[in-house]
Amino acid sequence: MTHSPPIIDARGLWKKFGGLAVLKGVDLSVAERELVFIIGPSGSGKSTLLRCLNRLEEPDDGSIQVDGIELLSPKTDLNAARRRIGMVFQSFNLYPHMTARANVMLALRKVLGQDKDQAAQLAARALDRVGLAERMDHYPAQLSGGQQQRVAIARAIALEPRVMLFDEPTSALDPELVGGVLNVMRELRQDGMTMVVVSHEMAFAKAAADRVVFMADGQKLEEGPPAQIFDAPRHERTRAFIRQIDRH
Amino acid sequence: MDALNSFIFSFFNLKVMAQYLPLVAQGLGLTVVLALLIVVCGLALGLALAVIRSFGLRVLNWAIIFTVDVFRALPPLVIIVLLFFGLPAAGLSISGFAATWLSLTLVLMAFSEEIFWAGITAVPKGQWEAARSTGLSFLQTLRMVVLPQALRITVPPLTNRTIAITKGTALGSVVGVAEILGASQSAMSFSANPSPLTLGAIAYLVLFIPVVALGRWIETRFAWKR
Ligand SMILES: Nc1ncnc2c1ncn2[C@@H]1O[C@H](COP(=O)(O)OP(=O)(O)OP(=O)(O)O)[C@@H](O)[C@H]1O
Ligand SMILES: [Mg+2]
Repeated sequence: MTHSPPIIDARGLWKKFGGLAVLKGVDLSVAERELVFIIGPSGSGKSTLLRCLNRLEEPDDGSIQVDGIELLSPKTDLNAARRRIGMVFQSFNLYPHMTARANVMLALRKVLGQDKDQAAQLAARALDRVGLAERMDHYPAQLSGGQQQRVAIARAIALEPRVMLFDEPTSALDPELVGGVLNVMRELRQDGMTMVVVSHEMAFAKAAADRVVFMADGQKLEEGPPAQIFDAPRHERTRAFIRQIDRH
Repeated sequence: MDALNSFIFSFFNLKVMAQYLPLVAQGLGLTVVLALLIVVCGLALGLALAVIRSFGLRVLNWAIIFTVDVFRALPPLVIIVLLFFGLPAAGLSISGFAATWLSLTLVLMAFSEEIFWAGITAVPKGQWEAARSTGLSFLQTLRMVVLPQALRITVPPLTNRTIAITKGTALGSVVGVAEILGASQSAMSFSANPSPLTLGAIAYLVLFIPVVALGRWIETRFAWKR
């Protein structure tokens, strides 16, 4: 693992919904070019943790640094910070009234301030990277789920983020479409993208993750290289979870 | 046959109709102007209120909801009469035209605000999150991601409601506005023959059938594959 300063350095994150504590003092540090996998039972706070990292969710306590920016400071320009943090959602969330290319172009134009030609060119390049150069002028409804998710990845990477957050990017896909999305993620990783992935794709985690974090009840229970978490977990709960996942 | 003849004489008296056609045509012109003013102002105000409501400022939203509910609850004719007879009592004179315009504008504002608001809230939260996660601001997201989708959802109920409320311009006849119905009624009393009312009905058809057709066209145009 590298020793450059971490891209993400989150400390002591607390998040409550009503009376329910969903994150109970979670720390997460992600080094440059690292791929961190987050696993854990449903409701353990994986999505909430990920969504705190770009402040879609407002933590009640703690600190988050992303690429040196204090994300929770009131002085931080949140919109400027967010373009450095790409996010991919389980439900794709493409803009249905825009073509694939227009989906990618929107933030290039409105956030980065690029002119139309430049944005169109960069959008085309990003869509080419995810293997959808041919489908640029299609609307989301004309694309398969797997293609839509790849457009969503293109929309995020076109902004050249410092880190990409994935929240169950393949969970809404038919099994035969999962591979295409995972391939794109694998290529991203090879290109040196820093990634935090919440997913149940254990084979992908074993093959591609540098580190696996196991969460339970709003806490980081255990973390380590995939071999350790999957083959020799220390905690009984981790063991039970892995066993359960392996049965699928 | 006598009954039929007398019916034709009363309602399809061509001589009377020819004589009062210009008057009713003027009424049609006035109705068009009144309707356009109501549609433009009512929809603009309704959209503005819905956008302000999306900021989620509690006290402001209470005020919006209260205003909107008042104008949705009151019969339009009551508002027209209140403005026309009430404002002069308060020292502000207002023409029948202005009273009709203002009343129906407020009613359309109220109904369209509710429709726009329903459209905005029908756009999935994920659309906001995706846009905000790329660094777009709240207003950019509202304008470029949420409103275009919300407006498409609102087109059918909005056209229906807009047509229903602009037909309310006929209420202006009560406060002396010479729109289609008002003009036809004057013509009817001048001529002592109800045929001008038939003209008036034809004028409404001439005006609103194209509007209804336009509504249908807008609905198909704005529908998009999901
Ligand atoms: N906006 C919210 N309001 C109230 N409760 C919420 C909200 N978001 C999440 N929660 C609750 O917080 C807990 C953790 O949710 P979270 O989505 O982070 O879990 P998760 O680990 O991602 O689960 P899953 O594997 O099912 O996606 C759950 O109990 C959930 O019901
Ligand atoms: Mg989740």
